[in-house]
Amino acid sequence: MFVRCIRMQATHSSTISLVTELSVETLVAPARPDQTGAVVSAPVLPVDLRVAGLAKSFAGTPIFKDVSFGLSRGEAVAIVGANGTGKSTLLRCLMGLIPADAGVINVLGTDVQNASSAGLRAMRAQMGLVSQKHNLVPRLSVLSNVVQGLLGQRPGFRHWSQSFAPIASREAALAALEKVGLAHLANRRADRLSGGQSQRVAIARALVGQPKILIADEPTASLDPAAGEDVMDLFFDLARQEGVTVIFISHNIDHALRYGERVLGLADEGMPLDARASSLSAQDLRGLYD
Amino acid sequence: MTDASRYMGLPSRYQRPSALAFLGYAAAIVIILWSFAGAGFSIDKVISSPPRFADFIVRAFPPNLDPKVLARLGWKMLETLQIALAGAVIGIILSVPIALLAARGLIAPTWINQIVRTALGFIRAVPDIAWALVFVVAVGLGPFAGMLAIAIDTIGFCGRFFADDMEAADKGPSESLTATGARKLDVVACATIPAAMPAFISTSLFATEKAVRSSTILGLVGAGGIGIELKVGFDLFDYPTAMTVILMIAVVVISIEYLSGWARTKIIGEQR
Repeated sequence: MFVRCIRMQATHSSTISLVTELSVETLVAPARPDQTGAVVSAPVLPVDLRVAGLAKSFAGTPIFKDVSFGLSRGEAVAIVGANGTGKSTLLRCLMGLIPADAGVINVLGTDVQNASSAGLRAMRAQMGLVSQKHNLVPRLSVLSNVVQGLLGQRPGFRHWSQSFAPIASREAALAALEKVGLAHLANRRADRLSGGQSQRVAIARALVGQPKILIADEPTASLDPAAGEDVMDLFFDLARQEGVTVIFISHNIDHALRYGERVLGLADEGMPLDARASSLSAQDLRGLYD
Repeated sequence: MTDASRYMGLPSRYQRPSALAFLGYAAAIVIILWSFAGAGFSIDKVISSPPRFADFIVRAFPPNLDPKVLARLGWKMLETLQIALAGAVIGIILSVPIALLAARGLIAPTWINQIVRTALGFIRAVPDIAWALVFVVAVGLGPFAGMLAIAIDTIGFCGRFFADDMEAADKGPSESLTATGARKLDVVACATIPAAMPAFISTSLFATEKAVRSSTILGLVGAGGIGIELKVGFDLFDYPTAMTVILMIAVVVISIEYLSGWARTKIIGEQR
């Protein structure tokens, strides 16, 4: 039986860790001494996502190879790296939106590489995606856009628009909009919103289905710095309230260190960095962009 | 150092064509001249035609404005518009599911895309007047045959362009909905079609304009509409009535084009 476990092991520089053994069900945090010096046994956390030996190339050009990591329930992980190192590609592989060339991806118990279409849909129904661009449907109302976030769990024409949706779904969508502070704009057309408002609606759409994993691909890339800070604060406040596992890409080193509990760094066709954010400095991350 | 030497690497203004390109240009010119010959192009006829054209104009003017004739032609014009509108609406509605099957990467596998696109190509290859002849044989003389001809012609046009519009639609909303676990059909209904809707509306209005233009000549083969009046006018050398029909068609077609342009701006703005 294929049994491996992820063991985070700080190197001598304490910034780079090695991904060694991997397990199917658990992420074992490293044993560490407590204040008295006694070794405390590591807590066993449920694993939402694990990746082992992942490789992807486009037209014969390798993007990354032998990428391995795991995410425990409720963890917030930042992915950093220069352009072209495969950050967005990695996220798309995790969601099964594009196939990986090799390796194992297990998300919420689903073997992504070998899952059927129905299996992938069931897995994605427990996930939410916030992209660089808000990707709202411009000609529809804000409420309809959020209602559509439930399509994975409740397929069919009743969730094509808020006009046909059951009352429970309309209420859930409005509640999600309330969380992002935009319930008063429920009837406005999505293309009449500002960039920051649009991204907030995209967050509401990602959250309305109460996902277990939230994926964000540079959610502030198209926003000015102030709006970007607002969106990140809101995104992580909500994620923590809901106990959601978050994996996000950011080119903003400050964001990666502030919002990520762990940082994964992609470079040189691999993942040379996997470390606790608290053990890293901005200088450590800048090295990935050299 | 002179300017000339400084810019020695500047490309020449005109590039000499390769031998193959030169042969291609020469072949194109030969084919065009050959086509002129095949079309019976004659300078003599071009020179002699203005007096004959002027003779037709003199015999056709003033147009026949007899109230009884105008009333008869008016009803025929109305029937023409009904044929165009009914055929275009049916064609546009049927084009949506057909386009879904023709569009690559949406709901159907590639081999179905190819079959549907080939069928749409065949429909477009057959002129609308030929479809009218086919439907006159199938359902008999009259406006119903014309309506069917317009509908099938519209499917050939809209089916192709709706499919292209959906393929070109912004993929972002589709990906976001796919990432929620939505089914392909739900993604298409919620993201792809709304994203392509401005292009659908624009294409539909062009299709309606095209249908009005086509419907004015379907009467020539007995498929209803005002075309039959044009044919009868020329057959009986009743040029004033024929001129009335021509002017009526021109006014209606130009009006429809203006109306369509106005509707396009109102519904989708200046974008295309």
